[in-house]
Amino acid sequence: MSAFSAIGEEREIDRDEYTPDIEPQPTWCPGCGDFGVLKALKGALPEVGRTPEETLLVTGIGCSGKLNSYLDSYGFHTIHGRSLPVARAAKLANPGVEVIAAGGDGDGYGIGGNHFMHTARENHDMTYVVFNNEIFGLTKGQTSPTSPKGHKSKTQPHGSAKTPIRPLSLSLTSGASFVARTAAVNPNQAQRILKEAMEHDGFAHIDFLTQCPTWNKDAKQYVPYTDINESEDYDFDPTNRADAQELMRETEDKLYEGEVLTGVYYRDDDRPSYQQEKQNLGEMPDEPLAERYFDGDYEWERSYDRFIDKHK
Amino acid sequence: MSDDELIWRIAGGSGDGIASTSQNFAKALMRSGLHVFTHRHYPSRIRGGHTYVEVRASADPVKSRGDGYNFLLALGDSFARNPQEEAYYGNEEVKPLEENLDELREGGVIVYDSGLLDASEIPDFEERVEENDWHVYDIDLRSLAREQGREVMRNTAGVGVTCAITGIPLGAIEELMRDAMPEKILEPNVEIMQTGYDLVREEYDVDAAEVSVPTGEHDEEQVLMSGSDAIAYGAIDEGCRFIAGYPMTPWTEVFTIMSQNLPELGGISEQVEDEIAAAALAIGASHMGVKAMSGSSGGGFALMGEPLGLAEMTETPLVLIEAMRAGPSTGMPTKPEQADLEHVLYTSQGDSQRVVLAPGTVAEAYEASRRAFQLAYEYQIPTMIIYDQKLSGELTNVPASHFDREPNPDIGATLTEDELADQPHTADGKFHRFQHEGEDGVSPRSVPGQKGGRFLATGNEHNPAGHISEDPDNRVAQMDRRQRKLDAIRADLDDDGLLVEYGPEDAEYGVLTFGSQQGTVEEAVDRLNENGHSVKALTVAELAPYPADAVRAFLDSVEEALVVEMNASAQFRGLTQKELGTHGELLSSLLKYNGNPFEPAEIVEGFTTKLVDDGELPGNETKFVPAAGD
Repeated sequence: MSAFSAIGEEREIDRDEYTPDIEPQPTWCPGCGDFGVLKALKGALPEVGRTPEETLLVTGIGCSGKLNSYLDSYGFHTIHGRSLPVARAAKLANPGVEVIAAGGDGDGYGIGGNHFMHTARENHDMTYVVFNNEIFGLTKGQTSPTSPKGHKSKTQPHGSAKTPIRPLSLSLTSGASFVARTAAVNPNQAQRILKEAMEHDGFAHIDFLTQCPTWNKDAKQYVPYTDINESEDYDFDPTNRADAQELMRETEDKLYEGEVLTGVYYRDDDRPSYQQEKQNLGEMPDEPLAERYFDGDYEWERSYDRFIDKHK
Repeated sequence: MSDDELIWRIAGGSGDGIASTSQNFAKALMRSGLHVFTHRHYPSRIRGGHTYVEVRASADPVKSRGDGYNFLLALGDSFARNPQEEAYYGNEEVKPLEENLDELREGGVIVYDSGLLDASEIPDFEERVEENDWHVYDIDLRSLAREQGREVMRNTAGVGVTCAITGIPLGAIEELMRDAMPEKILEPNVEIMQTGYDLVREEYDVDAAEVSVPTGEHDEEQVLMSGSDAIAYGAIDEGCRFIAGYPMTPWTEVFTIMSQNLPELGGISEQVEDEIAAAALAIGASHMGVKAMSGSSGGGFALMGEPLGLAEMTETPLVLIEAMRAGPSTGMPTKPEQADLEHVLYTSQGDSQRVVLAPGTVAEAYEASRRAFQLAYEYQIPTMIIYDQKLSGELTNVPASHFDREPNPDIGATLTEDELADQPHTADGKFHRFQHEGEDGVSPRSVPGQKGGRFLATGNEHNPAGHISEDPDNRVAQMDRRQRKLDAIRADLDDDGLLVEYGPEDAEYGVLTFGSQQGTVEEAVDRLNENGHSVKALTVAELAPYPADAVRAFLDSVEEALVVEMNASAQFRGLTQKELGTHGELLSSLLKYNGNPFEPAEIVEGFTTKLVDDGELPGNETKFVPAAGD
C-alpha cells in the first residue's frame, strides 16, 4: 500500500481548492500578468485531475516566486534560478507527484540558464512556466535577458547593448520536447496549453508573456495576439522540428516589432522522458524511491554483504 | 636500518600502473598478517609526472605514513617529457629516481629500471649512494618486460625483484593477481614476476641489503580500505539511495563508488551540469523523503553555498561531503590540505545552522558518514563531512568486523499520513510543518504526496504553515527553534561522539588536531613519550557544533598545547579560540601547507624544538606560530 494516498486519488476537484485561506489575495500589482498564470493553473489542474496534495509547485525568486503563496499545493519556493534542479530531483524521487516549476525570465533564462538548458536536454517529465515580462520586477525594473535591445533602465541608462535571448529557440535546441508560448491576456489558450503541457510526458516549457504594468509600461500588453495553431495565416505542424525552428525565430523577432505570436510550437510525443530513459538503462527503480522509506518490509542491503569480500 | 618495518615506495609516471601495483602489494602484506598504510603522491596529470605510492608495513599497527622510507622501486616514467635542461620542469626521465632520493633512509635499497633510467644523469649519485650506505640494484626491467611481450609489465617485474630482496613469498602476490587480472594478462605477469625474482636471487647479493619484510599476525580478519570507500559504505548502510554530483578531485572517488553501486541497490545517481544543481538535486530528493547526498571539493563546494543555505532555512535533511585539496582557487588539485575548514563552517549568508564532522581515520570515516546521515535526518539539518585528499586515498587495514553492522534507513522526524491527521493545520488544511515548539528544536515534517501534509517550504522566513512572514515574534521563535537543534546535537555528541584522546591522561603537554592528521599525531605522541616527554593528543572530529566542554577540559589538564593542522592560517586554532574564548595563551601552532601531509618526525621535531627547547625549526617544510601574546 502506498504511503502517499493523495497520489492517483480519483475525485472531483474544485478549482477553489487551490486558493489558500492564508493569502487568497495576491499582492501583485493591479493589471499584472502574473494573475493570468495563477488563473490558468487553477483552471488546468482540475482538468488534468491533480489535487493540491499530489502537486508540487517549485518556484524561484521574484514576483513569479510568490505564485507558491497564492496557489495551495505542496510548494517549494527555492532560490533564484534553482527551481529546476530541485524540481527534477523531486520528480525522480517520486514520479507519481505532478511537478511544476515556475520562475521569471531573469530566473530561468539568466541566472538559471544552465539548469534550463540541461533540464530541457534531459527531458524530465515536468512542466516549466517562465513568466516573461521582459524586465526584473521585484528589484524594481532592471533590464532582463529578454528586454529588447536598446531598453533603458536604471542599470542600463544608455540602453541595453545586448540582443535579447531567444527563449523558444534555446528551448528547442536544448532538447525540450514540448515548447509553447502563451500570454496572460489570453486565458483560454493559456489554460489549454498548460493542460497539454502537464499531460505531456517529457519536459514541457511554456514561455508565458506576463505584462508588467509597473516597471515595463513601455512594453506592449501583448495584444493583439495571434494563435499560430488556430490562425488561418499559419499552416503549421508543431511536430515538424524545422518548421518549429523557423516560426520560433520569426515569433521572437516579431515580439519586439509589436506583433505577438503564441501557441504550441513544438511537441515530440515519441521521445521517452528522462525517467523512462533511466529506467530502460537500469539506472532508476521501477517503484518510486520515496515509497521505500515507508515500507517496513523492504530488505535494505548491507554494505558488508556486498563489498567486504573484495577488500579482504 | 630497522627490521621492524618495510616502507616500500614505487615511483614512476602517472599511467604506469603505480596505483594498482601498490594496492596489490599492500593487500598481499596485509593478508600475510601485517598492518599496512599507504600514502600516495601524484600530479594533476593523466600521463607522466612524478608519482609515487608508499606502502608502510609493520607487525604493529600503523596509523600514518612513516618518516621517509627504506625501499625504492624506481620505474621509468614512460610519458616523461623531453629531457631539456632549460625547461623549468627539468629532466623528467630521471625523476622517478632523482626526486625520491632525499627521503630515502640511510641503508635503504634502490631498485631502478636501468632500461629507462640513467643514473649518471643524476648529480652526485654515486657519492650519495656511498654516503648513505644505500644498496643499489640496477636492473633492466624494461628489457625483461619486452621479452615477455608487454613493456608495461615492468612494474610486475619490479615487484618480483622486491620480493627477492625483502623475502616476500611470490605466492602471496600471485594470489592477488589471480583475483584481479584477466586470464590473458595473468600468465605473462606471473611469469615476469618469477623472472625478476630469479634474476636477483641468482645474480645479485640479496643479503647485502638489510631491508626485509617483517612478519606478523592479526587477531582477526582485516580488510584494506580507503576513506572514500568507508564514507560511501557508511552512506549506503544509512539507506542513502540518491546522489548528485559533478566530477572534481578528490571528491570524485566517493561519487564514483556510489554511482557504480546505486543502480543495483535500486537507487539513483545523477551527474549534473554544476555543483549548484548537484546540491539542489539532493535537496529536491530529500524533500520527497529520500535519503540523499551530494558533495564536492573546495571550488565545487563554493557553488553549493547557496543551496546549503536553502537547506538550512527549509530544514531539509542533507548530507554534503567536502574533500579538501590545496587552495586557494584551483590550488594543487591532487595535494592534501585542511584549509577549507572556515569555508565549510561559514559559507552561505546568515547564521550558520549546520553540522560539520571531520573523520580522522578510515574506520572513523565510516562512522562519521553514518552519524552524518543520522544527525541530518533526525534533526532536519545539513551535515557536512570534511576530509582531504590524504584520507580519501590512503589505504589501511581495518578489522572486517568494524563494517559488520545493520542498516538504518530511518528518515527521522517524518510523519505518516495517520500521524499527520493528529497534527495542527490551518483552517483550510495546511499542515503546520514549522511549529514554534518542537522537541530539541525539531518540528516533524510531511513529504509531498501525503494526504493532509501540504505546506510551503521557502528560503524566506516563514510562519508555522510555511508562508512567508516577517513578523518579529515569529522570526525570533523560528530562529531560536532552529538554533536549539544545535544544542541538542551537541548534547547527543557529548554522550556518544567522535573525539579521540590519546596518550597518558596526566600528560604535561597536549597536541590538538582535527581530521586526517590523527594517526600521524598519535604516532608522534608515542615517540615523544618514548623519548621521555609527557604528551597526549586530542583529535577533534566534531567541528560544528563545537565540543567546547571537551576541548576546554583537555586544555585545562595541560601546561601548553601544540595545534597541528595542514593549512597556512591556523584555522582550527582560530576556531578553538573563538569557541572557548579562553586558553589562547596556551595554543601554539604547527602548520604544513606544502602539499605533503605531515610525517610523524616533523611533529616530534616541531614539538621538541619549539615547545621544549624554544629553538628554530630546520628547513621550511613546516611552520611554527607562537601562541597569542608570546
